[in-house]
Amino acid sequence: MKRFLAYTLALGLFAGPAAAQDKPVELLNVSYDIARELFAQINPAFIADWKAKTGQTVDVKQSHAGTSRQARAILEGLQADVVTFNQVLDVQILHDRGNLVAADWQKRLPNNASPYYSLPAFLVRKGNPKKVKDWSDLVRADVQSIFPNPKTSGNARYTYLAAYGFALEQNKGDQEKAKAFVKTLLGNVPVFDTGGRGSTTTFVEREIGDVLITFEAETNGIKREYGDKGFELVTPSVSLLAEFPVSVVDKVAERKGTQAVAKGYLDYLYSEAGQEILAKHFNRVHHPKVKEKYKAQFPDLRLITVEQVFGGWEKANKDHFAEGGILDQVFVKR
Amino acid sequence: MSHSVKHDGSIVARHVLPGFGLTMGATLLYLAVLILLPLAALLLKSAEVGPERFWQIVTSPRALASFQITLGAAALATAFNALYGLLMAWILVRYDFPGRRIVDALIDIPFALPTAVAGIALTALYAKNGWFGAVLEPAGIKVVYTIIGVAIAMAFTSAPFVIRTVQPVLEDIQPDVEESARTLGAYPFTVFRKVVFPAILPAYLTGNALGFARCLGEFGAIIFIAGNLPMKTEITALLIFIRLEEFDYPASASLAVVVLAAAFVTLLLTNLLQAWHLRYNGRA
Amino acid sequence: MAHRIPAAGAMPKLLIGLGLLLTLGFIATPIFVIFEQAFSKGLAFYLASVQDPDTIHAVLLTLATTVVVVPINIVFGIAAAWAIAKFQFSGKKLLLTLLELPFSISPIVAGVIYLLLYGSQGLFGGWLESYGIRLMFSWPAIVLVTLFVTSPFVARELIPLMQVQGNDPEEAAATLGASGWQIFRRVTLPAIRWALLYGAVLCTARAIGEFGAVSVVSGNIRGETNTLPLQVELLYHDYNAVGAFAAASLLTVIAVITLLLKAVLERYQR
Repeated sequence: MKRFLAYTLALGLFAGPAAAQDKPVELLNVSYDIARELFAQINPAFIADWKAKTGQTVDVKQSHAGTSRQARAILEGLQADVVTFNQVLDVQILHDRGNLVAADWQKRLPNNASPYYSLPAFLVRKGNPKKVKDWSDLVRADVQSIFPNPKTSGNARYTYLAAYGFALEQNKGDQEKAKAFVKTLLGNVPVFDTGGRGSTTTFVEREIGDVLITFEAETNGIKREYGDKGFELVTPSVSLLAEFPVSVVDKVAERKGTQAVAKGYLDYLYSEAGQEILAKHFNRVHHPKVKEKYKAQFPDLRLITVEQVFGGWEKANKDHFAEGGILDQVFVKR
Repeated sequence: MSHSVKHDGSIVARHVLPGFGLTMGATLLYLAVLILLPLAALLLKSAEVGPERFWQIVTSPRALASFQITLGAAALATAFNALYGLLMAWILVRYDFPGRRIVDALIDIPFALPTAVAGIALTALYAKNGWFGAVLEPAGIKVVYTIIGVAIAMAFTSAPFVIRTVQPVLEDIQPDVEESARTLGAYPFTVFRKVVFPAILPAYLTGNALGFARCLGEFGAIIFIAGNLPMKTEITALLIFIRLEEFDYPASASLAVVVLAAAFVTLLLTNLLQAWHLRYNGRA
Repeated sequence: MAHRIPAAGAMPKLLIGLGLLLTLGFIATPIFVIFEQAFSKGLAFYLASVQDPDTIHAVLLTLATTVVVVPINIVFGIAAAWAIAKFQFSGKKLLLTLLELPFSISPIVAGVIYLLLYGSQGLFGGWLESYGIRLMFSWPAIVLVTLFVTSPFVARELIPLMQVQGNDPEEAAATLGASGWQIFRRVTLPAIRWALLYGAVLCTARAIGEFGAVSVVSGNIRGETNTLPLQVELLYHDYNAVGAFAAASLLTVIAVITLLLKAVLERYQR
């Protein structure tokens, strides 16, 4: 009985895709919700690449959920070696609250440590029955929008800020009118899921809402996965640049001795091969060659940035997302 | 089953038997580490917010709506199981019919099936394109992502309670009592109402209370079928989960305290009912 | 005890018909749906789904958790039942209530209280971490919350039975000079063995299926801290409903085996 017990335990604890023959280095990538399919492609490619380069066997584990939830879990002890988030704030909190990440994390990698970018875009039902073309259509009383809870999801914070920025432009910088705009927008959302994928399920499977607002990468992914449902993409006239910051979680990597491979993993995201996979999943990339190759699948539009419109993430957080901020004032259904 | 047994009152304080210190010590230690300590952490955390903020959190519109939804759906589910359970207990005990044993075994499925599995199965079944949903939706009855769906998930996971508490008591009722009543010319329904029902009433109420308590705590089966629409189908357990994800620990802990208090009250009520039930059976 | 009458007459037939119809639709159909959905893309897809490395890992993790949790709760259940059923002491009612508390606590709350206690920001978490111990988002956390939610099962089956059986046999053995362990092995255990097994079966079923509490403390690391019920949820959100139902079908098979065991044990108990 005892031996059986020990055996089962050992099996349960150590069995996995890569068995413990030469004890692979294990890397935990804690990521945002809708990056599931993306990293399912990136990881095997990276593992092969790393093996060829260094001879070391790596096993990359994934965890996906809304990034604020993930940041909380990491602060509570989830042993992430790297984070691949969709928002600067949720990486920054790892530094601010737990000192798990170095202060200069954004300077350590190109493009503000963001290997790719995207933007909030719209997905509408077959034939676009509500004729949704731009942000201004989302505050119509007959249009129901679906996006996740801005309190838990980085994805939704982009949507919120993009809408706010749009309204500011339309109203020549009138903050009160912009507030009223996002208040109406939030009022038109019947369900606030905690992560982007939850909202996708709500829109696609539960058939709730007229327009799903999520990253361009996800709208394209849904269109491909659910080809038979005839969803249509709508790119608004203007949207917000969404960066996807990545970082090594220094404290954890240091303790586990995985700094080198963690850094290698993030570098791979910037390599041509990595950028190609990213672009295939409809993420906009910086690598000139890859950018040129996939040009056709990314419509042109004007992108505003958090720096331009909101004075940077720190200020945006203080003004909008902190307790008692503008989001709390307009997010009445919360 | 344990419910049909009688107290013989023969247990008295004679410490002839060994092992009291050891077993009692082990029990207390285990309970302290596993149950009391975490509960203390919860109370401490919610005490941090202060009474005013606590009150504000638990009376916020969304919290109040979640209480209402949870209680309302649990009441619906319990009402259904009160009828279904009584019917099943009656036919399983009183009648012989082909397949009775199989049906008797089937009753326990909701206890054995993981709640998340029940959740996706019920959602698939009652969704627009599911076997039942395809019939119900054209008839104007929307189940999935409405409070009816929440109630169905609750009813499913708590279905066995009434049946399993009433069954043994029903088996114990002497048939001659009923027969003599019937020979005296009483209608079958009158016999049931005057003779059978009073005898099973304590067990019946206990079963319903247990089922109701289970409904209040259910989570896994509901989140799939409810679609967490705030103010519409969001149960309290889910709101606690969401507040936790929002990094809002005080709100999460405060709501958890309310749920915990409700659990205490139902447990107390059930224990009182059970005591009545035992006494009643003891006298019969 | 059974004094069942064959169903004759309109009323019994009507009642039985109604009962069977309700049970079929309400209880049995969800089971059929799981298999119908799991096999909706054919046998090959089903086999591939259940052989997915992450799903296999989830099965093993769930089994490992169960193998640890159930024996601990059996030992605890016996100890608690012995103390409560064989002796008189004040505060017994309170102890019983405490013992049953996990039954009525929502599993989400169970998860939350452990996070508040052992998370890095929790009451003990920081202190434990200074010794290099991390409980949350790992297998020990899953074991802990599963212990919590399944702790009453064995004790609750044993206590009423041992109370009814009384102390006479044990006391006689004690008078004859038997040691505590001998009394338990030779006198008590044979009398309670079916109830003990029954409690263990219920405990096992719940340990395998626990979802809410585990989902709070697991961290959802694929192929590492995802138990089988969590894997079902994960696949469901991965655009892979069929895979989710395939994983669910494994759990359903376990549930059906549990029911069979339970039915057999009940017959022995009577």
